[in-house]
Amino acid sequence: MSVVSISSVNKIFGKPGENQTIALKDIDLQIEQGEFISLIGPSGCGKSTLLRIIGDLISPTNGTVLVNGKPAPQARENREYGIVFQAPVLFDWRSVEKNVQLPLEIMGKSPHERTARANEMLELVELNGFQKHYPYQLSGGMQQRVSIARALSFNPPLLLMDEPFGALDEITRERLNAELLDIWSRTKTTIVFVTHSIPEAVFLSTRVVVMSARPGRITQIIPIDLPQPRSGETRESPRYYELITQVREGLRGGEGMKE
Amino acid sequence: MSSSAEKVYSNRPAPKKDETRVSLFDRLRYYLPTIIIFFAVLLLWEVLVRALQIKQFIMPAPSSIFEAFRASLAQMIALGVYTGTEALGGFILGCGLGIAVALATARWTAARETLLPLAIAANSVPIIAFAPIMNNWFGITNQTSKMAIVAVITFFPMMINMTRGLTLVDPSALELMRSYAVNEWTVLREVRIPNSLPYMFNAFKICSTLALIGAVVGEFFGGTRDALGVYITQEAALFRFENSWAAIVIACLLGIGFYVLIVAIERLVIPWHASVRKTEE
Ligand SMILES: Nc1ncnc2c1ncn2[C@@H]1O[C@H](COP(=O)(O)OP(=O)(O)OP(=O)(O)O)[C@@H](O)[C@H]1O
Ligand SMILES: [Mg+2]
Repeated sequence: MSVVSISSVNKIFGKPGENQTIALKDIDLQIEQGEFISLIGPSGCGKSTLLRIIGDLISPTNGTVLVNGKPAPQARENREYGIVFQAPVLFDWRSVEKNVQLPLEIMGKSPHERTARANEMLELVELNGFQKHYPYQLSGGMQQRVSIARALSFNPPLLLMDEPFGALDEITRERLNAELLDIWSRTKTTIVFVTHSIPEAVFLSTRVVVMSARPGRITQIIPIDLPQPRSGETRESPRYYELITQVREGLRGGEGMKE
Repeated sequence: MSSSAEKVYSNRPAPKKDETRVSLFDRLRYYLPTIIIFFAVLLLWEVLVRALQIKQFIMPAPSSIFEAFRASLAQMIALGVYTGTEALGGFILGCGLGIAVALATARWTAARETLLPLAIAANSVPIIAFAPIMNNWFGITNQTSKMAIVAVITFFPMMINMTRGLTLVDPSALELMRSYAVNEWTVLREVRIPNSLPYMFNAFKICSTLALIGAVVGEFFGGTRDALGVYITQEAALFRFENSWAAIVIACLLGIGFYVLIVAIERLVIPWHASVRKTEE
């Protein structure tokens, strides 16, 4: 059974008769357990919209989205996914550890379990020792790691990430990419990851979903057959460059199809 | 080898307990210029009044104001307590209601969208003009009438600010809460209320000033001689201006004290907010 199963999903913003935007058109996508899927495409092609539909933050105009075999709203009620936005979205009034514990508090876990779990997660994102800090005392990259720790804290089977490293510099981004892959291999979480960076998509993913705009649709799905685990060497292999070229051409092809 | 491990950890400082507080010395140093300017102005005032031989009823010298103040200290304190009680009572009532209405309408967009423009309109009206009406309704010699004025004056800024704080929330924070499938009450408790606290303290500061203006000006329109506003007008009518000035000093002290108290509470309650926190220089 697929973790995410999307069939014939359309999303139209705006009421009939008004200025309508066809954000997504005829989207079909199956995501299997343990996959790392990247969504890539030009700005406005509906990547965020698709991610938000998977997470039931908005509903599709028509079509079905199943998460672990259940309709997306049901999966949301069951708290089956963690979400990471482009901005860290930490609560200023909570310390780092309290931010990570937020979902656990909501789910009624005991204080003891919460602390243990938060410490474990902060260890995972290499922020041990920052438990009592407040968000304003951290750098942007550290804040984003806290938000990843928060998303992972309750062990969601699905992780949705919308350009989580978009605002970071290249070096921090590469380090967090390596960290994310490490987390992914350890937690066996399925990840759907939105990015604008072709190398990032190729380096991280098991499959890259190439989208094009107006109307937003999937033009190509490129399997990434680079060996696991990925490392610095991966970035130097000829196959890595071949795949980058392939994705780039996929993106161009999508552009070319525009009238 | 252990030193390298330590080094890694020394890069990750444990937060200092009072990182958000400022030491007494720092604070003194920070306020020193203000204090110096304050006394310099007093001195200049004194010198000018004497040098230009300005008449008492136009501008008494600081020394004679101080003398009047000292001579009737007990009475001054009693005046301050009387009017301070009115200001505080009205402040609590007005702000309390403002917060309550804002919380009640936070959930109902329709109610909020009808009430807020009205509140903003009401807030731009010089409410103090209603003081004689309040005196008429609640009794002119009564503290209640002044509290009513203060309550009306402080209600609107509090309600408007609080409503903003409860509604101007990061949309992503709301989506995050939605992803946890929580109810509206949890969103209110975890996101909207904490988000509104800086707005609330802002309103407290505005309202503390308004409360004293409301109480004193309300008293200008009548009341017993226990009241600051009445005392100021009566002593002025009797050409004992240094007494009026001494009472004005009391009003100033009340206002400053009120404000400082709010700032102190703010520091305790929202140490994480940008207006309060102190980053290392
Ligand atoms: N709430 C909304 N109301 C109306 N139109 C919307 C809304 N959200 C998105 N859209 C439209 O849907 C289209 C897709 O938007 P979306 O945010 O999914 O793009 P994206 O691929 O994530 O772009 P980017 O890479 O810039 O983040 C855009 O044309 C956008 O204008
Ligand atoms: Mg987007």
